[in-house]
Amino acid sequence: MHEPESHEGAPGVTAPGPESDPGHDHIHPAPGWFLTRYIFASDHKVIGIQFLFSGLIFFLVGGMLAMALRWQLAWPWKPMPILSRLLWAEPSLGYQMPPEFYNKLFTMHATIMIFFVIIPLLTGGFGNFLIPLMIGARDMAFPKLNMLSYWFMPPAMVLITYSFFVEGGSAEAGWTSYPPLAFARWATPGSLNGQTLWLLSLLFAGISSILGSINYITTIVMLRAPGMKLFRMPMTVWAMFITAILQAFALPVLTSALIMQTLDRVAGTNFFSPVGLTVANAPPVVGGGGPILYQHLFWFYSHPAVYVMILPAMGMVSDIIATFSRKPLFGYKPMVCAIAGIAGLGFIVWGHHMFQSGMNPALGATFMMSTMLIALPSAIKVFNWLGTMWGGRIQFTAAMLNAVGFVSMFIIGGLSGIFMAASPVDIHIHDTYFIVGHIHYVLFGGSTFAIFAAIHYWFPKIFGRMMNERLGMIHFFLTFIFFNGTFYLMHIVGMHGHPRRIADPTVYSYLQGAGVIGMNQFMTVNAFLLGFTQLIFVFNFLYSLAAGPKASENPWHANTLEWTTSSPPAHYNFERIPVVLHAPYEYSVPGVDEDFLPQTKPFPGGQRLEPAHS
Amino acid sequence: MRNWSILFALAAIASVAAFLYAPFSADWWLPNPPDQTHHVISAFGREIDNLFLIILFITGAVFIGTQVVLVYSSYKFVDEMDEHGKPKRAATYSHGNNRLEVIWTIIPGAILVFLAVYQVGTWASIKFRSAAPRVAPLAEITARQFQWVIRYPGPDGRLNSPDDLVVVNDFHFVKNKQTLIYLKSSDVLHSFYLPHLRIKQDAVPGLTIPVWFDSDTAGSFEIACAELCGWGHYKMRGKVTIHETETDFQRWVSDQLTEQNKSQLTMTAGAEGR
Repeated sequence: MHEPESHEGAPGVTAPGPESDPGHDHIHPAPGWFLTRYIFASDHKVIGIQFLFSGLIFFLVGGMLAMALRWQLAWPWKPMPILSRLLWAEPSLGYQMPPEFYNKLFTMHATIMIFFVIIPLLTGGFGNFLIPLMIGARDMAFPKLNMLSYWFMPPAMVLITYSFFVEGGSAEAGWTSYPPLAFARWATPGSLNGQTLWLLSLLFAGISSILGSINYITTIVMLRAPGMKLFRMPMTVWAMFITAILQAFALPVLTSALIMQTLDRVAGTNFFSPVGLTVANAPPVVGGGGPILYQHLFWFYSHPAVYVMILPAMGMVSDIIATFSRKPLFGYKPMVCAIAGIAGLGFIVWGHHMFQSGMNPALGATFMMSTMLIALPSAIKVFNWLGTMWGGRIQFTAAMLNAVGFVSMFIIGGLSGIFMAASPVDIHIHDTYFIVGHIHYVLFGGSTFAIFAAIHYWFPKIFGRMMNERLGMIHFFLTFIFFNGTFYLMHIVGMHGHPRRIADPTVYSYLQGAGVIGMNQFMTVNAFLLGFTQLIFVFNFLYSLAAGPKASENPWHANTLEWTTSSPPAHYNFERIPVVLHAPYEYSVPGVDEDFLPQTKPFPGGQRLEPAHS
Repeated sequence: MRNWSILFALAAIASVAAFLYAPFSADWWLPNPPDQTHHVISAFGREIDNLFLIILFITGAVFIGTQVVLVYSSYKFVDEMDEHGKPKRAATYSHGNNRLEVIWTIIPGAILVFLAVYQVGTWASIKFRSAAPRVAPLAEITARQFQWVIRYPGPDGRLNSPDDLVVVNDFHFVKNKQTLIYLKSSDVLHSFYLPHLRIKQDAVPGLTIPVWFDSDTAGSFEIACAELCGWGHYKMRGKVTIHETETDFQRWVSDQLTEQNKSQLTMTAGAEGR
């Protein structure tokens, strides 16, 4: 544990000179043509920015869908101001939102946020931009494949947007798209045509991720700068590495499930339909398949996908917290092991989504054990983040605030997960708002705060300009308050038995109490305020992009390699490939004048290169 | 900059306060009969609620502990400059502490394993087929878009015979009696959710799934559909009536049978003949 294995020819003490590695100093010129430079670019930085922009645009779309569905929950069947007349004009019904439209809202909100916002932003955006810079490479291992991985996204985006306009409208079988509702064409309007487009769209998005993940794995294994041993990689790179492995192994399963469902829809196969199934008076199908099979295949990918959406966030937050605590990351190796543990266990916990599905209950008992255990590495990570802050010199920049917000909110999301892991308790809270609260504490309180933190932190490097700190703080302050206002009470209404995905809770008498209705309205008001708060971020982002003060090479006094090159980095990233001398978290080293020690700077004389863990 | 710790503290305090307030409000607490906020009507419900509370206490303690550390660190260890613009205090130079890592791995690990093992018994008694009560099924419930079709055995006591009673969205059973039903679906997935009894089971086309429960209180409650089943999912509500005695229940069944067996021909003839 104390002596990291050495896999490079010359680790540590004697830095290999440039002549020992001549290939790396060969610099390709930047493409001169506009189209190959900015559109069909193979530069990982441009591709990262492409993912960043498309992700942020869809973030707005997904957010607006969420606000519309919150409206319906707080004031069922009341026409929405302005929008009702534009979107579902049925004057004879008083401009009410049709119930199938509500189902489309939550289906598309989740689909867009998961497959078009969080995964592309974290792995596509930050993964692409940061991996080569942080390991000291000139680009990805396969730049053309990288370009292809981005260009699989626009067809997905076009298809998912187009699906709103086909007969029957967009998909409305939930982001999980369980058959038979999803494949039986007459089961619900969205299953008529929208579902096919949804399936094709996700296939494109999935292929994009598979291509990206292969690239990340190869790049991190093959292109690390001299001296960048595995246990000298920043947590961000570790997290992206393990995430890529998760994606590479889990996504093919989702792809096959999606193809099977597509065939069930368009080619008359019967992978997921039982014998003689008939839905909505359609003629019975031959059948012979099983609906639960799809759930197994879907969750075999989609549970690891939850970790795809949180591990990169954890990695980036680890870097940000160490930087702004001016203190080495507490327990670097345990942190790496925890991420690996989450990824490993992540493959054997999918059944906890299916406790009530009708699968063999004995399986449920084993999945309960593995699911309980996956809370452990998450807990270790939280303890280590707190350990990093303890005794540090904490600088509350906008990035750091969002990172601490991440830790604070991830604690809630992690702890509420234990309730669902316990299968008897899950009987009651399964498919209620408790789950909705949990997932939002992980994916908004966790991933999204981490994305905000990462944007504030790496914006100077990406665009060469600083974001406005004051606006960033105001944005964090309001987002943090309204986020909690929106999602915390979901645990309470969920505990009270409020099912998810219902267009009108007041149908049930036990949900007609003033307390329940009041909570629903309170959450909706907060959701709208949360939505409008994001305008501050949009303004700060766009204004800083155009007119922010020029950023220096290393504005945060951080240690990792991306801060040793110019902001924004040149096409070739590094004039000379850097030589890495030590681990990335050497802050406040005794005997060093400054409170940071970049990975390329040697320790002052006499000090050990790999400080032993106490 | 210390003020930011107040924000984190307030969020944590509000989070705890919400769960402290919840038991005092029938609308916030777990769903129970309207006039008896803390009376869980089914045996499984009592077990599940106890397990829920155990997890709530453990996670609550961990939550308070971690948030105290987080708030304290963000108050105590904030960077401060002296008049020369130099930091007043250097950060501790430490890469971690292996003993601490071992401690905070083993203790939570043990708690989690305990929780999992402690829950298995309840899970088995609610879901394992070997635990199903050895009684004749009271009814067969078939979910379809967007209603619960409930079939009771008729006078011959056998299900799926010509004299069965079939009603829609109206489920009746008797208090203090182990009740077994068979759950089916005739089209898409649904989920049979009895919030007040803490029972939930998906209805899957092609499968017949036994579900069993009891209640110590008579009254009217609800069935909710908890699995998205199409545009009308929200309105797939059923009524549950728990009868005081078996006699009451049998009287209701025979009334319904009489109603069901009324010939439409005689009704029409009677109306015209008058």
